[in-house]
Amino acid sequence: MQLSPILISLKTASVAIFFTFLLGLFAAQWVVKIQSKKVKMIMDGILTLPLVLPPTVVGFFLLFVFGVNRPLGRFLLHYLGVRIIFSWPATVIAAVVVSFPLMYRSARGAFEQVDQNLIMAARTLRLSERQVFWRILMPQALPGVVGGGILAFARGLGEFGATAMIAGNIENRTRTLPMAIYSEVAAGNMDTAGYYVIIVLTISFLVVVLTNYVSIKEGNHEK
Amino acid sequence: MSLMVDIEKKVKGFHLKVSLETEGDYLGILGASGSGKSMTLRCIAGIETPDRGRIILNDKVLFDADTNINLMPQQRNTGYLFQNYALFPHMTVEENIGIGLRLPEKNRNEQVGSMMEAFQLQGLGKKFPGQLSGGQQQRVALARCLVYKPDILMLDEPFSALDAHLKEQLQEGVRKLLKLYDGDVLMVTHSREEVYSFCQKLVVFEEGVSILYGDTKAIFKRPKYHAVARLTSCKNISPCYRVSDHQVYAMNWDLVLTSADPVTSAVKYVGVRAHDLHLVNERRVANRDNLIRWNMNKVIEDVFEYHVYLDKGDAGKAKADAILLCKVAKEKWNQRALGEEVMVNIPREAVLLLE
Repeated sequence: MQLSPILISLKTASVAIFFTFLLGLFAAQWVVKIQSKKVKMIMDGILTLPLVLPPTVVGFFLLFVFGVNRPLGRFLLHYLGVRIIFSWPATVIAAVVVSFPLMYRSARGAFEQVDQNLIMAARTLRLSERQVFWRILMPQALPGVVGGGILAFARGLGEFGATAMIAGNIENRTRTLPMAIYSEVAAGNMDTAGYYVIIVLTISFLVVVLTNYVSIKEGNHEK
Repeated sequence: MSLMVDIEKKVKGFHLKVSLETEGDYLGILGASGSGKSMTLRCIAGIETPDRGRIILNDKVLFDADTNINLMPQQRNTGYLFQNYALFPHMTVEENIGIGLRLPEKNRNEQVGSMMEAFQLQGLGKKFPGQLSGGQQQRVALARCLVYKPDILMLDEPFSALDAHLKEQLQEGVRKLLKLYDGDVLMVTHSREEVYSFCQKLVVFEEGVSILYGDTKAIFKRPKYHAVARLTSCKNISPCYRVSDHQVYAMNWDLVLTSADPVTSAVKYVGVRAHDLHLVNERRVANRDNLIRWNMNKVIEDVFEYHVYLDKGDAGKAKADAILLCKVAKEKWNQRALGEEVMVNIPREAVLLLE
């Protein structure tokens, strides 16, 4: 068993959740504010898509965007000297895209469940829109937002399909825990794969328990 | 201190069309649920935007569709007491009251402190709203509105979330607290008692339209419209037609009633409040106006009075709308000689002519 897949996975998941969290919050707040029901439904559909698509389809689209012969990929390579495909950042991109819908949907649900009277009361009490967001909406939606963040982190940690397609399975560079398990099983090293499995199991279980703990703790606070 | 509202707004299900004015009085807004009362307050507070019209508060234009003026809620200086109080659950009482005060911390604490004292909230500053009783929550919410010295205070069904036995006690308390405030007060309610005891002026809503505006007592005395009579809880209403200048024929009851007011051609209904049907003794009756002798259909005992339902005597087969309800004090009902027939008299002044 090597340490590098564990480190790469944790690094990838940590960096990914940073982006996912911000993007998800931003998207959720934006969609909640859309007035037209039709536009809302369509936007929600697009933002949720990565959750229901096979990860290989997501990987296919990401190749389409970041491939070195594609406009964006070529731009990054020629002008910034950055090659995304088959590099560590690709693992982050795959994790962000795949875990984003979990964050977005949790945050949106949490925002929508906040009592609208509280928001309106805050406005009549002269709170600026920014204060309304940070002092009323966020604290009220926090359990759902944090829960979504934890789930998204776990999803990013377990990402396999899209990662395989755009980051590959390069030892010490893009080989994450799920990749390592796949490789070890393919090579017939069931014992090594088993160790990795135990690590993934432990982390995932802790994460789910943590989610429950956060929601219970937040629920008690008001009573 | 003056408020002028003249707005229209299309909302799902109905068309809001409100026009009202008030000057320094307590104005009550009475209407059935879903008649657009709260929506009107929200338009004034700036939480909702009307489609057309104007809202002017103390010479400050809050909203004018023609000149595209639409101040943010934050700029309107209105106080809005929400039906469920909308206290921020994650903040303490102190934080709730002081949240929007843009003052140095010392001044803010002073203001919040004096407000808490005035509203009998001493010692509760560090508690969360969920730890308070309904009455305390209401006082916190009221203090939170008034600490900003709003130009107008709007109360949205302020007592509907409370238990009946708490209500009267709190109404008295709120009445005292409101003396600390000298701006306009708008109160939305569906309770005629609240309106009658709190508000000098009254506007009545029906299906989104403000149909009648005036002195509260005058409106209760002469409701003018069928809907207003119903909302001010006139229990007996019948369609009618004109017989003479002071007489109408009430179709449901098959009765000719004499009124004090002249019968105009617009009169389509006649109403009589249940308390205005006076039980009389035939031999001693002095006033022979609208004297009727009907049968007792049923009697229901209430806390302080009997509800006596009368019909014409078709062996209990009277249709529901052919029945007159008469509310009689228990004492009076019990003093009646046994077996005495039920004879009632309706004073001319009590015959309400309605459009």
